[in-house]
Amino acid sequence: MNLHAAGGAACGSFLSEDGLTKGECKQAYIDAKDKASLQRGAQIYMNYCLGCHSLKYARYKRVSEDLEIPLDLFQENLIFGDQKMGDLIQVGMDTKEAKEWFGNAPPDLTLEAGLRGADWVYTYLTSFYIDDSRPLGVNNKVYENVGMPHVLIDMQGTARSVCKDMPLIAENGGIKQDPLTGEQLSFKQCGFLEVDEGTGDLSAQEFDKAMLDLTNFLAYMTDPLKVERETIGTYVLLYLFIFTMLSYLLYREFKKDLH
Amino acid sequence: MVTKVMNWFDDRLPLTATIERHLTKYPAPINMNIWYLAGVLLVVVLVIQLASGIWLLMNYEPTADGAFASIQYIMRDVEYGYIIRYMHTTGASAFFALIYLHMFRGMMYGSYQKPRELLWVLGWITYVLLCALGFTGYVLPWGQMSFWAAQVILSLLGSIPIIGEDLLTWIRGDYLISGITLNRLFAFHVVLLPLALIAVVFVHILALHEVGSNNPDGVDVKKFKDEDGIPLDTKPFFPYDVMHDLYAIGVFLIFFVTIMFFYPDGGGYVIEYVNYEAADNLKTPEHIVPSWYYTPFYAMLRAVTFPLFGLSAKFLGFVVMAAGIAIFVALPWLDRSPVKSIKYKGIYSKFFLSLFVISFFVLGYLGSVTSTPGRTLAAQFFTLTYFAYFFLMPIYSKYEKCKPVPERVQLG
Repeated sequence: MNLHAAGGAACGSFLSEDGLTKGECKQAYIDAKDKASLQRGAQIYMNYCLGCHSLKYARYKRVSEDLEIPLDLFQENLIFGDQKMGDLIQVGMDTKEAKEWFGNAPPDLTLEAGLRGADWVYTYLTSFYIDDSRPLGVNNKVYENVGMPHVLIDMQGTARSVCKDMPLIAENGGIKQDPLTGEQLSFKQCGFLEVDEGTGDLSAQEFDKAMLDLTNFLAYMTDPLKVERETIGTYVLLYLFIFTMLSYLLYREFKKDLH
Repeated sequence: MVTKVMNWFDDRLPLTATIERHLTKYPAPINMNIWYLAGVLLVVVLVIQLASGIWLLMNYEPTADGAFASIQYIMRDVEYGYIIRYMHTTGASAFFALIYLHMFRGMMYGSYQKPRELLWVLGWITYVLLCALGFTGYVLPWGQMSFWAAQVILSLLGSIPIIGEDLLTWIRGDYLISGITLNRLFAFHVVLLPLALIAVVFVHILALHEVGSNNPDGVDVKKFKDEDGIPLDTKPFFPYDVMHDLYAIGVFLIFFVTIMFFYPDGGGYVIEYVNYEAADNLKTPEHIVPSWYYTPFYAMLRAVTFPLFGLSAKFLGFVVMAAGIAIFVALPWLDRSPVKSIKYKGIYSKFFLSLFVISFFVLGYLGSVTSTPGRTLAAQFFTLTYFAYFFLMPIYSKYEKCKPVPERVQLG
């Protein structure tokens, strides 16, 4: 599809859970009003991402206010170096050097969730896998041959791209069977991601939840005033409904003259 | 007291006379329908665009280095800046949606026919100005799509034989799209074009009030007047139309505000996702697509895939695209029908008008998606049917059998 496809980008060679569709992003069920989730997301971002990825259109102070993180806590735990609360969220890394290290300077992520969509961000974050043919030893299903290392490998553990025998689903929803032997039919599909058990600090569910929090935070970054905007919008609509109703009644009165 | 003040003014300025002529006592046909709302709503949107534009201007920085960041500054740090910007972006789309409805109304009811030719031409000029405003304004945020849309559209000038390349450099002010280009498009967008638009809209309304509004029956309401010389089938603009329009504006604003506050991106149509990335002259976006309101013409541009008479396909595409916009102005002279309204025109007029509408929508779709050989073929076909409405009009409108037109307007 074209660039209008919802939320921006398609998801590369990401395979759906049933193994039937490729390139469709997982849905990120995020909630802009969930402050706890946003706070956890901000914590992950500041600790794991900010080393390379700036949020240069946003300010620390706004984040602390919007996410209801007390100023002193924020300053102690989420600001590194000598940056001030009113500063834009920059990184110290030199873009020239970064280009040498990764092939490309790590992009600013303030508007990433707007550019590619929250679903893409979420799917991307959960799609790293071990690939020894790559210079950094990892690859990504969504963004093939991406220059980014798997920064969250401690959390997730090592994931591998594996093949699986998937059951063939019949039209009635059941598993297709061989009409002669009654054996259940299956097909081989490659490209599933499987995490080596015990290699990560977080369980699969915990990691998934953490990535949703991070996605939520990035979605907030793109559209920090979403909640406020929708609240104001509701009041404006309410006013307009009353205005329109009254003007309709007025119009109806005047219309009586005409016939 | 009030009379005294008004008298003081009236001795020095035709104040009361002007208000009566253009507002309170302007006779509007009683059978105007919903299609006649687009005009007043366009004025509302014009005001919205001017007001929000002025406020945006207070914080926007027209430089290649600062433009993109200044938009984010407006969105984040300026109090309610996001409301002002979304008002302006939603307003841009609303402007085009309404002007297309307004133009279609004119085509349906033959509002361009004598004596309203000049009125139609003035309206067409506002449409062209609006296209220019849309294009120049789209470049200002200096996102990826801003930059590459400017690149594609301006490069069309480069396809003009002989003078093209020099003309292109002259317009850009540089050898490639740069901050200098941004600066001049900015100057056009905030000074020259709005000034021209306001002036032409003013004259458009002046002309309208001279010849009077057409109506869905396309009959001349001035034929039958009462003893005071007021046309029988009309009502004074105030209070009847004002009350009616107030109600309509309310309904319109409900839609407008819903998009503005709840779906400001409009699913990628009001603000394109690619424009979330700052302009980068080294990185071409995968698909370059213009805003939705230009897509029918973009499809025409791409439909021309072959050179002809030693002219490049690109130049010919540019000519076809420009013709697609320009052809509207010829309507008053292409239509040879003795009747105005589609209600009383013959079957061929109805057929070709429907074909035109279908072509417009299909081309709009084709212009928004990547081209494939099949789609290009479709675009070529519908470009032909689009122009068929115009070029065959002198024939089918003259020879078709029309229905008898009533003497006076029909109600209900």
